[in-house]
Amino acid sequence: MREVSIKAINLTKVFGKVVAVDHINFEVYEGEIFGFLGPNGAGKSTTIKMLTTVLKPTDGTAIVNGYDIIKEPAKVRQSIGVVPQEYTADEDLTGWENMMMMAGLYGIPWSTAKERAKELLDMVELSFAANRKVQYYSGGMRRRLEIAMSLISRPKVLFLDEPTVGLDAQTRAAIWDYIMKLKKEYNMTIFVTTHYLEEADLYADRIAIIDHGKIMAIGSPKELKERIGGDIITLETSNNELAQKIISTCQEVIDSRIVDSSLVVKVKNGDEVAPKLLELLLKNSIKVSRMSITQPTMDEVYMEITGKKMRDEEGDSQEVFALRRTLRRARGG
Amino acid sequence: MEREERVSRSVFHGLWTLTNRELKKWYKAPTILLLSIVQPIFWISLFGKAMNLQSLFSGMSIEIPGLVIPKQVIDEIGQEILKQTFGTTDYFSYLAAGMLSFIVLFTSMQSGMSMVWDRRLGVLDRLLTTPVPRGNIILSKVISSVIRSLVQATIVLAVATLLGMSFQPGINALDFLGAYGALFLMSFGLSSLFLLLAIRASSWQSQMAIMNLLNLPLLFTSNAFYPIRSMPYWLKPIALINPLTYSNAVVRGLLLGINTNYLIDFTYLGIFAIILSAIGIVLSWKYLSL
Repeated sequence: MREVSIKAINLTKVFGKVVAVDHINFEVYEGEIFGFLGPNGAGKSTTIKMLTTVLKPTDGTAIVNGYDIIKEPAKVRQSIGVVPQEYTADEDLTGWENMMMMAGLYGIPWSTAKERAKELLDMVELSFAANRKVQYYSGGMRRRLEIAMSLISRPKVLFLDEPTVGLDAQTRAAIWDYIMKLKKEYNMTIFVTTHYLEEADLYADRIAIIDHGKIMAIGSPKELKERIGGDIITLETSNNELAQKIISTCQEVIDSRIVDSSLVVKVKNGDEVAPKLLELLLKNSIKVSRMSITQPTMDEVYMEITGKKMRDEEGDSQEVFALRRTLRRARGG
Repeated sequence: MEREERVSRSVFHGLWTLTNRELKKWYKAPTILLLSIVQPIFWISLFGKAMNLQSLFSGMSIEIPGLVIPKQVIDEIGQEILKQTFGTTDYFSYLAAGMLSFIVLFTSMQSGMSMVWDRRLGVLDRLLTTPVPRGNIILSKVISSVIRSLVQATIVLAVATLLGMSFQPGINALDFLGAYGALFLMSFGLSSLFLLLAIRASSWQSQMAIMNLLNLPLLFTSNAFYPIRSMPYWLKPIALINPLTYSNAVVRGLLLGINTNYLIDFTYLGIFAIILSAIGIVLSWKYLSL
């Protein structure tokens, strides 16, 4: 049995009449990257804020590193690192000064702090800009500094709230490289929220999908994909409606629907079923002009589980404002 | 793994780190420091010098038919009126002493702003995830604001001295220490007050509005420019609850030798500082969140 780093027990947060997080339960094991996936306003940030003791739960609780977030918030804070969604470094200070400030806040002795700050800035490749004011950092540099800052206390659990939002693809990949490195080198437990499905798919050991404050599914990316039941065959035929009727008779077909000009068929084992379908259609003199077999992506998993595409809905105004500001700064550099 | 090593926590854990952060931002931007003392210096150098009450009476003689009052007598009457009103014949020094409270008030007021900016710029998001006691986030801002206020007051005092502020004869270091003590207490209370008002604020506009709403009333309902005894009857009780009145009284008492009751003054300022900072710390436990 693996050690449990984070355990949420009926964790709930209600803002006025809005239930932001609704009695969620989950466990995060030591040393894994746990992706917390959901659209804006689904309750991801609220959950992370409760787990990091910034917000008090309305009901339920959570155990982080063996400490109760309600009864022992100070001990929780001492043992975790947090990279909030917003940029939080003091812009008027240099990168180095920000690192040393963090060290002071955790009560790390001066000499140890200097050593660690140096090592961490090296790790995120910011040593060259250590004595530069943070306001002159680019978006990617700031994000890296944020990560370095939250590691100064050598936390056992690291929380990252949308660490890649607003960054270009290359920087996003670099940030994930650092995260993977932390997991590998320090066996750190990493709790990361994101609304980029492909990132969760690529990097997370396990994923929880949250929507409207409820956890809809938990599992490894592979498990989640298997859960939706196999592969997707996309066909373009001379008569899609008729073709749909015909293939519905086939046992292996789980589901089928017409999307624009193609027929999307869900099957258990795509490679084997595809020839059968072709044969069946040809027998009924339906021409197939195009066919492709794809593994399900996280998008499809997400759609299956939540019944909709990743929403681009607005969160609460505060969150949107913060997000926009982060984006603006990320672009402006 | 190395948890034991970094637990060096006391009640004041992180306080110096945070205070240092605030101060660093301040002394690294000397332009802002200089700009903020321009206003009180204008007050003393222009208003203080031009509003020369002594000259109202000097150099003139009144000749009403049948009554000739020689210049010398008028001078003496003038001096006596000034002395009875202000406690000194030197209005410039009277005003300059008042300006010390003025600069302390204006600097202390800024404390709330840094709270708003920490919230806006996300710094607070991070501070709240660190093991720093909530109260110390407030307290560090109060302390840095007090230090700033006292440094600014020193600059104003130096300028005023250069412009001709005269101290009471036989003044010693203890008098200065006492005057700074009064300013310290007032700044501590005022900084706490403006932080309290900012504890939940996320817009700097509303904080600016609060500052603008309170600065002139606090200034003009005190004895910074004129003594309480010359105020209309309805203003007197207001002046008597205004902490500026007490710090002015102490500063003038110790630096200029104008009589006052130090026990009452210091008690009032001490209670003001303790109560407001205590409320600030208590509210920070409850309301300092996102």
